[in-house]
Amino acid sequence: MIIQSLAFYLFSIVTVASAVMVISARNPVHSVLFLILAFFNSAGLFVLLGAEFLAMILVVVYVGAVAVLFMFVVMMLDINFAALREGFLQYLPLGGLIGLVLLLELAVILGGWVIAPDVAERAAAPTPAIDSVNNTEALGRLIYTNYIYFFQAAGMVLLVAMIGAIVLTHRTRPGVRKQKISEQVAREDSIEMRDMPSGGGI
Amino acid sequence: MAEFWTGYAWPAIWIGLQVVAIVIPLLLCVAYLVYFERKVIAAIHLRRGPNVVGPYGLLQPIADGMKLFFKETVIPTGANRGVFIIAPMLTFTLALIAWAVIPVGDGLVIADINVGILYLFAISSLGVYGILMAGWASNSKYAFLGGLRSAAQMVSYEVSMGFIIISVLLVVGSLNLSDIVNAQRHAWFVIPLFPMAVIFFVSTLAETNRHPFDLPEAEAELVSGYNVEYSAMAFALFFLGEYANMILMSAMTTILFLGGWLPPFNVAPFTWIPGPIWFAAKIAFCLFIFLWVRATFPRYRYDQLMRLGWKVFLPISLAAVVIVGGVVLAFDIQSLVK
Repeated sequence: MIIQSLAFYLFSIVTVASAVMVISARNPVHSVLFLILAFFNSAGLFVLLGAEFLAMILVVVYVGAVAVLFMFVVMMLDINFAALREGFLQYLPLGGLIGLVLLLELAVILGGWVIAPDVAERAAAPTPAIDSVNNTEALGRLIYTNYIYFFQAAGMVLLVAMIGAIVLTHRTRPGVRKQKISEQVAREDSIEMRDMPSGGGI
Repeated sequence: MAEFWTGYAWPAIWIGLQVVAIVIPLLLCVAYLVYFERKVIAAIHLRRGPNVVGPYGLLQPIADGMKLFFKETVIPTGANRGVFIIAPMLTFTLALIAWAVIPVGDGLVIADINVGILYLFAISSLGVYGILMAGWASNSKYAFLGGLRSAAQMVSYEVSMGFIIISVLLVVGSLNLSDIVNAQRHAWFVIPLFPMAVIFFVSTLAETNRHPFDLPEAEAELVSGYNVEYSAMAFALFFLGEYANMILMSAMTTILFLGGWLPPFNVAPFTWIPGPIWFAAKIAFCLFIFLWVRATFPRYRYDQLMRLGWKVFLPISLAAVVIVGGVVLAFDIQSLVK
């Protein structure tokens, strides 16, 4: 158990520290890199909880795809660092408010835990029990049975977001000459097959 | 004290030995993969290749390594020092840690985890950060363009790779790599899933930034792309990382489609050869195709690369998931391969 505790403290300290660095780093690219470190260490925490599927999905989706695109954009932005610092105090009350709300929510959850310890058992439990199947299977059975409508709704939201992004950024420009590879390949004289003698040229 | 030794010290030493047993052969393989590459391409070009250092040029990789080791590491003045130094380390580390879950033989694996294939996929999707960080931290337009190209390319091809992995997983019914190999006892998946195997292999070419998709390096236009500002060991770590990734991707292809450590036929002369040797032979075959492709095909244009990824591979692999899923459900394939 000592190893688990040490790993937990390592992961959580790095997660919290890098989360602080995300908002305090001067360079936005460093912020994104610290965000990635925070994601990665949260994945480590998931592994410690025995939720290895969620951990891997967190790394694949957030670190491997979302944060890459994020970093892509941040790297290409031409950012004026001085102008960025000016708005700091202006947004401080709003940011502080959001932080306070999150803190209160955490307190409510923690309070519920202390006041009614049996409340966790009422949440939907995977059938069969988690010790007879691995957690990928347990999660799949739960999502595709009890929560199928929510799952499908989440899928629809993502689809709408995707279509929206395409519609907003797609523009048809007149007079663009595009390469049509199928037509090129289908041309009679485009490809000629020759038998080459070994060691010789054409 | 006794509890400390049995509970912590010996397991730690044992894990350390296992890591060494994987990493040392891997680094040797990387060194000799470079030699293999030069020899194969020389043979295709009707040249001799390295033949001066040692018998048949066999000491050439060691000479190259020594050269890089004794060079001076130069960090450009405008570079972002921290990120500049971390980038090659990250690339190299990621290329090594993926091997923790690769089963080289029946039960011969360091960590036989439930979500092995997802772990591999996650680690290979992290590989883009080393390149992106190197490109940005170098503070050079060539390196930056190379890094951006690489990021876009790797993200695009990961999508179709993911779908093909899902279609294999549907057949097997497990995310464990040993289960995936064992499910191929009757037929390697390259036979029933041949089109997916081809798409997967081409995607691994793009994922490792190899020819014909080596636009991030594109020496003719970007000098050398993301690693142009790197020298000495920092460059060597990128180089080792790239080749270790090639071996890793070949190992993934072997496990998913070529039956891992299984012999081609389960009869006498084939079963005499132990599993790890079959595994190594299959990886070597995949690597040979990597090199063969490099010597044969011209480099893709960038728009062609994106077209292939998004407009050709993605629809095909999406259709593959639907078709394979339907067939698996209709004929109850999962109980057949169990």
